[in-house]
Amino acid sequence: MARHRNVRGYNYDDDFDDDDLYGQSVEDDYCISPATAAQFIYKRDRQTSFTEPLEEEEDEYEEPDKLKPNDSSLSAADQARLYSCLEHMREVLGESVMEQVMIDAVLKSQFDVAKALDIVFKQDCNKNIKPANQDIITERPTKGKTRGLQASEHEYEIVPKMAKMIVSGKKQTMGFDVPSVSSEINGQSVKGQTNEEAMEEADNGLQSANPIPSSQNTEEHSSIMTPGKSSNKAKQKINIKEELEKRQGGKHLLNLVVIGHVDAGKSTLMGHLLYLLGHVNKRTMHKYEQESKKAGKASFAYAWVLDETGEERQRGVTMDVGMTKFETKSKVITLMDAPGHKDFIPNMITGAAQADVAVLAVDASRGEFEAGFEAGGQTREHALLVRSLGVTQLAVAVNKMDQVNWQQERFNEVTSKLGHFLKQAGFKESDVYYIPTSGLSGENLVKRSQISELINWYKGPCLLEQIDYFKAPQRSVDKPFRLCTSDVFKDQGSGFCVTGKIEAGFVQTGDRLLAMPPHETCTVKGITLHEEAVDWAAAGDHVSLTLTGMDIIKINVGCVFCSPNEPIKACTRFRARVLIFNFEVPITQGFPVLIHYQTVSEPATIRKLVSVLHKSTGEVMKKKPKCLTKGMNAVIELQTQRPIALELYKDFKELGRFMLRYSGSSIAAGVVTEIKE
Amino acid sequence: MKLISKDIEKDNAGQVTLIPEEAEDMWHTYNLMQVGDSLRASTIRKVQTESSTGSVGSNRIRTTLTICVETIDFDSQACQLRVKGINIQENQYVKMGAYHTIELEPNRKFTLAKKQWDSVVLERIEQACDPAFSADVGAVVMQEGLAHICLVTPSMTLLRAKIETSIPRKRRGNCTQHEKALEKFYEQVMQGILRHINFDVVKVVLVASPGFVREQFCEFLFLRAVKQDIKLLLENRGKFLQVHSSSGHKYSLTEVLCDPAVTARLADTKAASEIKALGDFYKMLQHEPDRAFYGIKQVEKANEALAIDILLVTDELFRHQDVPTRTRYVRLVDSVKDNGGTVRIFSSLHVSGEQLNQLTGVAAILRFPVADLSDEESSSDDD
Repeated sequence: MARHRNVRGYNYDDDFDDDDLYGQSVEDDYCISPATAAQFIYKRDRQTSFTEPLEEEEDEYEEPDKLKPNDSSLSAADQARLYSCLEHMREVLGESVMEQVMIDAVLKSQFDVAKALDIVFKQDCNKNIKPANQDIITERPTKGKTRGLQASEHEYEIVPKMAKMIVSGKKQTMGFDVPSVSSEINGQSVKGQTNEEAMEEADNGLQSANPIPSSQNTEEHSSIMTPGKSSNKAKQKINIKEELEKRQGGKHLLNLVVIGHVDAGKSTLMGHLLYLLGHVNKRTMHKYEQESKKAGKASFAYAWVLDETGEERQRGVTMDVGMTKFETKSKVITLMDAPGHKDFIPNMITGAAQADVAVLAVDASRGEFEAGFEAGGQTREHALLVRSLGVTQLAVAVNKMDQVNWQQERFNEVTSKLGHFLKQAGFKESDVYYIPTSGLSGENLVKRSQISELINWYKGPCLLEQIDYFKAPQRSVDKPFRLCTSDVFKDQGSGFCVTGKIEAGFVQTGDRLLAMPPHETCTVKGITLHEEAVDWAAAGDHVSLTLTGMDIIKINVGCVFCSPNEPIKACTRFRARVLIFNFEVPITQGFPVLIHYQTVSEPATIRKLVSVLHKSTGEVMKKKPKCLTKGMNAVIELQTQRPIALELYKDFKELGRFMLRYSGSSIAAGVVTEIKE
Repeated sequence: MKLISKDIEKDNAGQVTLIPEEAEDMWHTYNLMQVGDSLRASTIRKVQTESSTGSVGSNRIRTTLTICVETIDFDSQACQLRVKGINIQENQYVKMGAYHTIELEPNRKFTLAKKQWDSVVLERIEQACDPAFSADVGAVVMQEGLAHICLVTPSMTLLRAKIETSIPRKRRGNCTQHEKALEKFYEQVMQGILRHINFDVVKVVLVASPGFVREQFCEFLFLRAVKQDIKLLLENRGKFLQVHSSSGHKYSLTEVLCDPAVTARLADTKAASEIKALGDFYKMLQHEPDRAFYGIKQVEKANEALAIDILLVTDELFRHQDVPTRTRYVRLVDSVKDNGGTVRIFSSLHVSGEQLNQLTGVAAILRFPVADLSDEESSSDDD
């Protein structure tokens, strides 16, 4: 049975893809309009409404017969009017509504097209069938919106269930799943529409029409992924911009890093958020609760969602960046949970280097905030680091507010102290948002809080809403391909996998890439985005690539993959403009430092202090200074032991930034100005 | 090192006979030797003999050669010293003027003759022959996926092994690869320790890392030792000392050697005192920049003003093959000493020495502030 369906599903798919462009509208000369196809195939899969399709099929066959008796009862003039009305309505409705229904409506409304349409829509609503048609929406935007709202309510009900599938490890592969195939067609039928709202509307329509939870997940993705896949079969080069727009027409991708002092509750905050969003099923959560209680740290249960290694759980400290994804209303978020402990700042930097926006968690409880904020705490260092790594938008989660009884005074105290500092650090006041939260009790995370102590004075958004409000950054898709490796591992099958964020450009399966510094080429065999195989990916995506034609030994964390035509430069000596942080020891030449560049950390020495610059004007104030002290802006020359792949700041903003660290503290942030050799 | 005889004339010309005993002595010898000196040492040569009947025989013969030094090579890994030069004393097997290379062997005496024995060199001999200095420390500086196994002797930090593996990150729902790779990495480090650290000589093994890696590693190490019954490790369990460091790179060794827990256990090693001296210099630079100078020109100026309290120099400067340059540094050292200052000669093999080397090789902490001379194009000679 399933196989049979599958074949049918696929045929539709291929028919569509083989000869076609995506910018096509619904009204094409196909034997079956996509809308009808959607309706029918859908219903067949839906186990809940087995009877419906049968009825409708009957309707269709009977149509001509039914028409006659009706016609006969009308005068010739009326008949003419009826046909003209029907024509009008068909234009509006397409063929998604039965002719008989239309005729009835027309007769009821006494040949008034507008009224007839109204009647049809009302019926539709009752049936909960929504034709995905452009014209309706353009004519009736208000309606679309109300539906959107309904749908979003549904969404919350649905999401947890689908997430369950993921966590329990059942991957839904495309092609074997009927709903996904049918929805592909649906998705495609919608593709032609330029209107974003239209797309959402259609999607939502599908969801509400189809309450099977598991399909919702695949539906969304497949509607996103399929175009790439099919196009690849047809032709090698795809217009990535167009593709991206289409994909992003759905949801923007955003990379988010969670930072803050150790024990500020970063992992718990995010673990709880994921739980509330339904990305962790109840059983797993229950298991965590039991186990953490057994281990004597019950409050760490939510953190265990993200801290997965035994070591991390045992010590109750995040050690490496935990990565996962979730969705908000308008965005797909790649979440990186950075470690807060001082010793793991290198790990935190690799996470932050890949982020677009950040959530800074601070502990609001008395003494704890101060400890994290004063010298030696990581609140300042983390904030400075993410700012230097190019993050401009920041949400401050003032966490553990429940421990101070949601006092407004405490919140204000914390925010004013932080605000002052963040302004100094270079964040715009308008880009920093403060949200009182409680990671442990889950207050104000995904829903606005109901706690009276809080709503008395706090009217702002909850954390999830705030994340949703973040502006997605511009991606440099036009530039040559660059990917910084953050992880290398062996997977099943041939070749090996590297993961990382695509900093610029795009990649397709089958592309040849050049790895620097080893200076070796390889072929991309597969691309995985959020655990789903795709055929292309572009700047901003956090992907893993399956590579062949190269030895895994040659690739280390920190290698940069780039397009062979426009390779990245590898060098051991370069000049950079740096800003010295609040670091006590003066920096002289010969200073051994650790350079953190994207995902690389490499020992280097300061070879030369070239000049000191004026902070705001950039004029050279002194050449060959004796030493650099805190707050100075200077040009220096750095020498690394092994070559590292670098880009100039002026060419690639994302790839020209680096950090310098010395014996466990960050001493400077810099941008590459000149590559020597 | 043992000093057999020292025969130095009033004009500072003369010769010294020494017996190197351990690897470190080779390093000292390397620092003593200069191009133009003459060296006499025993070596083995294969000699071909032709008898009257014309049959050719070859045999190995131990012979003593005397050469005029031309090139000196030091292999810091194997701690071997090879000296090349022209033969200046003919013997039965070797002709005058023939090029020969001598590899100095431990426990065989050699004689070194110089036209000019200066204070720096003489002090070096004294230091080398001082038996008090002989605490060896093993150090493992590590972080996830990177480990350096070093041997720290009074005047050398020898990198014995560098272990670098890539460890896959933890990923959602899949930590096994991470844990497996980590275990493999620890295994490699353990093998490295067993191979490179001689527990008869080494008094302490420092295990340093950021985070919990050191604890995890030590746990692994002894668990494995018990399982595989590695007596060597179990017997020396007390020698392992866990210390914090900020990373697994080699330069983090400075932090490790300065750690109070280490200094308490090791008394005063030369390495630690060098690090402290350099730290003092930076502290001075921070608080009173006019009392901390670096770069030969500036330091010489400060010396003219009799201001130098502590002079920091690396021994690399004295290995300079250009005689005038070398004498310039020697004169500086002598004059600082004459003026009651202290001179600390850093070993360029230590991490701190490497850093000082980068910092022009010479730095000074002054007794009183001297106006910054940097206005007139100060350190133009450093490249």
